[in-house]
Amino acid sequence: MAGKLTDDDLIPVAGGGLLHRRLFLGGGLVLAVAQTATSLRAEDAPRPHTEDPADPSWLHQTGLPFSGYGTPSRYEKRVVRNTGGNRSPAGDGVSWTPLQELEGIVTPSGLHFERHHDGVPDIDPNVHRLVIHGLVQQPLEFTVSDLLRYPMISRFLFIECGGNSNAGWHEEPIQRPVGDFHGLVSCSEWTGVPLSILLDEAGVDGKASWVIAEGADAGLLNVSLPLAKLKEDAFVALYENGERVRPENGYPLRLIVPGWEGITHVKWLRRLHVTDAPAMTRNETAKYTELLPSGKARMFTFVMDAKSLITSPSPGQKMHGANVYEIRGLAWSGRGRIAKVDVSADGGKSWAEAHLQEPVLSQCFTRFRSAWKWDGKPALLKSRATDETGYVQPERDVLVSERGREGYFHFNGIVCWAVDEDGTISHVYA
Amino acid sequence: MSMPRGTTVAISIVGVTLAAGSLAADTAIQAPRLGTPLSAGEVAKWDRTIFADGRGLPPGRGTARDGRIIYAQQCASCHGVRGEGGTAEELVNEPKPPSADNPSKAIGSYWPFAPTIFDFVRRSMPPAAPGSLSADETYAVTAYLLFANGIIPESQEMNAAALSAVRMPNRDGFVWIDVKK
Repeated sequence: MAGKLTDDDLIPVAGGGLLHRRLFLGGGLVLAVAQTATSLRAEDAPRPHTEDPADPSWLHQTGLPFSGYGTPSRYEKRVVRNTGGNRSPAGDGVSWTPLQELEGIVTPSGLHFERHHDGVPDIDPNVHRLVIHGLVQQPLEFTVSDLLRYPMISRFLFIECGGNSNAGWHEEPIQRPVGDFHGLVSCSEWTGVPLSILLDEAGVDGKASWVIAEGADAGLLNVSLPLAKLKEDAFVALYENGERVRPENGYPLRLIVPGWEGITHVKWLRRLHVTDAPAMTRNETAKYTELLPSGKARMFTFVMDAKSLITSPSPGQKMHGANVYEIRGLAWSGRGRIAKVDVSADGGKSWAEAHLQEPVLSQCFTRFRSAWKWDGKPALLKSRATDETGYVQPERDVLVSERGREGYFHFNGIVCWAVDEDGTISHVYA
Repeated sequence: MSMPRGTTVAISIVGVTLAAGSLAADTAIQAPRLGTPLSAGEVAKWDRTIFADGRGLPPGRGTARDGRIIYAQQCASCHGVRGEGGTAEELVNEPKPPSADNPSKAIGSYWPFAPTIFDFVRRSMPPAAPGSLSADETYAVTAYLLFANGIIPESQEMNAAALSAVRMPNRDGFVWIDVKK
């Protein structure tokens, strides 16, 4: 049962039993949490009581040896990236961050989502180079050890694939755990060299306005990016969450373009071609453009607009009877900080402002929490993010009426979870 | 073990710029400047950009007749015998812009620039061995895809000039959103 709650605390501030966010301010609040249904699989179910919790065997023997690099507990094996979309060849596909299994705002590096077009290159950092050429006074080549000697900056930033949540455009609501639907987004502390320093060293020509960035994967993936954005806040990351960037996340060098869609964060960065026009590559024409009902298509839709999701309770988890629950979720915006997140338990008829957990950083995951007195009756849960520019996350039907359903990319509509009387949770359009 | 001298320099720069409040502006002069200059010849070995207007296209030539054979051998298993799509994208559709009735993103209906086909095939295809096709073979398979989409005649040779001159049906089908033209 909930602890430390008074009768006054339990007076709802919005329909369906949502409580005031002040409940989170004092700390020590004890709320029920929906349980991950997957944790109830047979292999994870409580074992026969061969161990006495008051005096388990591990109190009486030397534990495991030291390890060069730690790994999660063997009891957490379900917390992995699900791999999907892999077709022919095997290198073209995705793996999703299991958002429903994680807390806080940092995604463990080994669970950062992947989108590769032709596999993960096994790059020797002693061979790898970054070349800057084109409309510059002096074309330059940098080794990785050169770049490690430059001044660096660190930022906590989300990266979201432009194709994340694309099932939101489907005619029927997809039924999957939230990570396997929306998990092409992750958040890390990225550390590296401001690109402006390297561009200045090469001496950018006044006529330059675009930069074509190319990665060292088998597909030599390339995209065109406006020079102004790269000079403003882009950087060449060498570290992720304190350690060198993982191979699948771009080792040894990844271009970080804060707030912009994932394809612009070129992994395995090898070349920056400074120029006066976009190249119109396949990945900015045939892909990562959004076909509208008019027959025209949106192009260079770089910014990831504000978005939020309830990660608990969410599909695949289960409620355990009427109680006061903690609703947990994530919000982010490519345009800046999250200003507020509203939560609804009645399908959007009424809203209660959620508590935003510190830190609240620009272009970064923000964790929100809300207290919900569930009466055991059917409910419709939604979250709605507003960023510091005043942009409000749209309802799905508004987004679909504006964009149609053929755009595929940039789905950021409000998502609705239906809670049934028996405690099951499903994805609905409402 | 010796500490590289540049490390010390870099750390002192961070201290200075934090105090000054603008990393980029203040390090423009003081940054380590460790980049190695490249000659035009060295840059040429790296530069694989092909622009929408055909800048960067290499010498070479090919026709749809030759390209049909390459397509059958290298592409059809994923993209379908007639480019209708399979485990990989549809490549062939009508030579007119997409519509609500036919929201196709195939080459003929969606791709705005023909040199992009050559560029993507050269850098990324076939996935098991990117870079394995010669320039002539790449022009040939590009010609075949344009022919199959009804954009050029089967006999028309594709080379740098000819490919740059092809006007795609959906050339004007795109609206720039987050950057001005």
